[in-house]
Amino acid sequence: MKKFVKLSAAAMLSMALGATAVAAENIKIAFIDPLSGPFASTGINGLHQYQFAAEAMVNEKGGVLDGQNFEIVPFDNKISPKESLIQLQVAIDQGIRYIAQGNSSGVANALTDAIDKHNRRNPDSRVLFLNYAAVDPALTNDKCNFWHFRFDANADIKMDALTDVIAADQDIKKVYIIGQDYSFGKAVAAAAVKFLGEKRSDIEIVGNELHPIGKVKDFTPYSRKIVASGADAIITGNWGADMLGLGKSVIENGFDGPIFTYYAAGSGMTAAFGDSAKGRVRLISQGEINPIGSEEARQIYNAFKAKYPDGNIDQSRIFNVIGMLAKAIEQAGTADDVVAVAKQLEGMEYDSMWGGKLFMRPQDHQLIQNMHVGVHTDENIEFDYDNSGFGILTESTVEMASMDSATTCKMRRPE
Amino acid sequence: MELILVNIIDGLVTGLLLFMLSAGLTLIFSMMGVLNFAHASFYMLGAYFAYEISTYLGFWMGLLVAPLLVGVVGAGVERYGLRRVHQYGHVPELIFTFGLALLIEELVKFIWGNDQVPYQIPEILEGAAFTISSYNIPAYKVFMIFLSLIIFGGLLYVLTKTRVGMIIQAALSYPRTVEALGHNVPLVFMGVFGVGTALAGVAGVIAGPVLSTFPGMAFVLGSIVFVTIVIGGLGSLGGALCAALIIGWLTTFAKAYNVRMEDILTGIGFEKPEPLWDSAWSDLWTLTSPQIADILPYLLMVLILVFRPYGLFGKRDV
Amino acid sequence: MTDISQNPQARQHGGVTLRVAMPWIVGAFLILVLPFVFQSNSAITIMNQMSITIIFALSYNMLLGQGGMLSFGHAVYMGMGGFLCVHVMNWDMFGSLPLPVLPIFGGIMGMVMALIIGSFSTRKAGTVFAMISLGVGELIAACSVIIVVFFGGEEGISGDRTYGMPFLGYEFLSQIEVYYLIGFWLFVSALLMFLFSRTPIGRMANAVRDNPERAEFLGYSSRWVRFNSFVAAGFFAGIAGGLFAISYEILTEENLNLVTSGSILLVTFLGGVGVFFGPIIGAIVFTLLQTVLSLETEIWSLYVGALFVATVMFFPSGLAGVLMMHAPAFKLGKWQMLIVPYIKTLVPAALCIVGIAGIVEILFHARHSAVGETEMTLFWITFDHTSIMPWIVFAVLAIVGFWITRKTAPDLVEAWHAATTPDEVSR
Repeated sequence: MKKFVKLSAAAMLSMALGATAVAAENIKIAFIDPLSGPFASTGINGLHQYQFAAEAMVNEKGGVLDGQNFEIVPFDNKISPKESLIQLQVAIDQGIRYIAQGNSSGVANALTDAIDKHNRRNPDSRVLFLNYAAVDPALTNDKCNFWHFRFDANADIKMDALTDVIAADQDIKKVYIIGQDYSFGKAVAAAAVKFLGEKRSDIEIVGNELHPIGKVKDFTPYSRKIVASGADAIITGNWGADMLGLGKSVIENGFDGPIFTYYAAGSGMTAAFGDSAKGRVRLISQGEINPIGSEEARQIYNAFKAKYPDGNIDQSRIFNVIGMLAKAIEQAGTADDVVAVAKQLEGMEYDSMWGGKLFMRPQDHQLIQNMHVGVHTDENIEFDYDNSGFGILTESTVEMASMDSATTCKMRRPE
Repeated sequence: MELILVNIIDGLVTGLLLFMLSAGLTLIFSMMGVLNFAHASFYMLGAYFAYEISTYLGFWMGLLVAPLLVGVVGAGVERYGLRRVHQYGHVPELIFTFGLALLIEELVKFIWGNDQVPYQIPEILEGAAFTISSYNIPAYKVFMIFLSLIIFGGLLYVLTKTRVGMIIQAALSYPRTVEALGHNVPLVFMGVFGVGTALAGVAGVIAGPVLSTFPGMAFVLGSIVFVTIVIGGLGSLGGALCAALIIGWLTTFAKAYNVRMEDILTGIGFEKPEPLWDSAWSDLWTLTSPQIADILPYLLMVLILVFRPYGLFGKRDV
Repeated sequence: MTDISQNPQARQHGGVTLRVAMPWIVGAFLILVLPFVFQSNSAITIMNQMSITIIFALSYNMLLGQGGMLSFGHAVYMGMGGFLCVHVMNWDMFGSLPLPVLPIFGGIMGMVMALIIGSFSTRKAGTVFAMISLGVGELIAACSVIIVVFFGGEEGISGDRTYGMPFLGYEFLSQIEVYYLIGFWLFVSALLMFLFSRTPIGRMANAVRDNPERAEFLGYSSRWVRFNSFVAAGFFAGIAGGLFAISYEILTEENLNLVTSGSILLVTFLGGVGVFFGPIIGAIVFTLLQTVLSLETEIWSLYVGALFVATVMFFPSGLAGVLMMHAPAFKLGKWQMLIVPYIKTLVPAALCIVGIAGIVEILFHARHSAVGETEMTLFWITFDHTSIMPWIVFAVLAIVGFWITRKTAPDLVEAWHAATTPDEVSR
């Protein structure tokens, strides 16, 4: 009986894994992100953006090299590091050489570590890691490696730009920092303290605290403390339900200053904030949506909305990933030799359709780009989020943010 | 001083909400011995049903109809699911509810999607009811307090003054004897399960707009409901109320005041290691009470179970 | 608890008979041969995951199935063992330590944790035990993000297995070498756990599970017996954790949290708690569902949830229990009687499930796909979800399948009774 079960299990295995021999000439990109579970909406929306970007920017223009198309192959990692490593192995076995992932720095850490080891142990099937959203600074500092490229600005760069804006606002005298109790929340808090101290030593940090991640049901006690501290502004790196809960709660309990955030838009959050957060929630991001960067971007956005009426382009850098990868493959003349492609990506300058120049810094593989601070509002919004009428309107821009920032990365390159 | 008063009110709201959930669970648990893992899922269903109804008929109809619907679903689950599994014993029952919780979450995602839905509080309850120095007390919170007190009163009346209540109370303590006396215990079970889940539904309807309505809302609340009834003691409504309030205030105050481990440790005579970041104990030294506020109830439960296995007010073992 | 051990003759002889040893020989053979059948690295990775889950589930079943203790925090022991092993990998002395002995560190760590926690949690069985395990599980999972020194926060900690001392010339660079390491430990742990269940302590665990009072009257402290099982289960969970550390080279908060603890309960129950090899089947099926089904459909967890609810409702003894129900039919040599009724019932039942799944998938696609993307592929057929035909086909499949299944199910039950009852004459 046991044997029978094992055999049938085996048959299933071979069906699922064996039938995936590389059929077409497509260049495959494995998209390893949560497609089920609590973060599925972010993952699925990201997948749609990838698929759309690959179609619109590469395949409809005749592909790369001699007409090879990009194909995005989705893998559900359930936002678990363990599952991500299994899916990575499956992807590599399918002959995929490009791995895209973004949600959760924990997963990104596991992946970059595993990819580094895999590439060392298996020089025949090396892969590149296109990190489009995990912003833990360590990934391009202590934990950097040649195979990892980050297309989003890291938490420090974002905070550098954000504190530029805060420092310019003379009304802000007291700041409250609150975040989730894990590496990213701590990195945000440390960066905020550091940059505020450098730029405006007169600003008093009236609170700096961490709360358990994803466990807080009611933010009221925190809001009370924030109101009681007399803060003029809040800085938080919260995301998901923690962001929404905190934002709604502080506004409801009478806080009336700006809330500076990293991730307070899209995925239903803009709709849920609605009118209550108008002019209050501010967001640091790359890629301008309102006003839109170029006519090409406008057409792409409209086409995207026509295809996915419920979706948002809330990660416009995905289009940069596809564009830059296509350019690197063209320049390298091959898609199979990832070392050659990586060498093209290093130091690449690229004009983004969302506006501005992009520069992949060779010493740590961190993309340098313009950063924008926008406000949650319903005025002058051409492209809203969640079909709510509300969106993010750019208020200020920091050009080529942190271009010369230091890095502790000691990149080891393959010969 | 005002802040303490405000925190007491906030803690009361949290506690009463928790009580509404645990009241139904403690009835179900003590009567049928079922650790209903899906109880928080019924709370979620309440919120989603109310959201769906409120888009057509407004918030108040949602408040009225959604709990009834949840109760009907709950009774159906008991009649066609649990009763069948009951014969196999308690562990399969528990795993049934475990699987049910999974299934309900997946169904909710299937029907309403993965994102939070814009379920809003009614306009009439927007804004502050009154202010204590500079702190707003939202009108909606006052409404929540009143509604839960009314429900607690109603429940108390039904349980102590009516015939049905007497039977339920008897069945809580001596289920076999009640059956021997000729009462239709399966029917009572179904009724209690329906009412218990309906109570969870009410909690969901009123909590949905403030704690946001999303597919993970059941999991976030999940096991804390068990903690409440275990601390309070099995089958004791008063115990459930007491434990819910304790948890509400404990977590609220732990979050509202930054009690630092550093102060405690130096207070009892330890010396702070320098430099701190290099020490193996740095995590302990930098610990603050808001970080651990939400796990305090679990600590409390473990301690209570070790030293007083029948909870604060319970008469028999959990 | 298999039929073998219940056979009094086998036990009277005392020695190891071929019948007792046969499943183990077959098992060892399968472990050796499977990588030749599935050679791809991903298949081997999935088999590694299966093996780890099998050890973990077997260890869990020492509590649930053999000791009657329902735990909601078993991931703690596996996770702690794994974390220690990753720390060992990062020590300098790791260079003089052959990798295959690493899981022992994990086992000892799991055992130490079980010693500490078991000292107060095993005083009572039932709900008290379950709730303490839940509380302790939550506390330690919460600690894992607070105590960064040991747990590394949400990023976890990682190591490199290849820094260990080469063992017989192997450096464990490739998946296949790791597979045999894990396979070896799988065999040894499973055998040890099986033997544990045959020792007097293991037997007493069953007695305490079934009736603690009577066990006490016999002079056994039921608390002591539970404590023994608990510590042993902690040890093997720690071994599983050590193997996890070797296979993935990283441990994170997810190894400790409630989701992992809850899923191992589901795995064990799905396989069947009443039979020793039940959790093995559960682990294999669950790992396949999780890794392979999720490649095929986005709503895989909906199916998994439905499967669990259906299993509890209709087969409370799990998959292994269903298999064991047929043992008498094989013994009596009347299993042929079952073939035709099975075909008559299972084929329509399968069609019914295909029909329902088809409708669910079409609904899902219709709701969530991009505008204009009406084409979808299901069961290797590509069609348009706006046309009415597929709906009708799947609806008909579902309804007709259901109807036939209901019609033929009583015949199946009857045939099963006939096949499992000894003939009057032959007796």
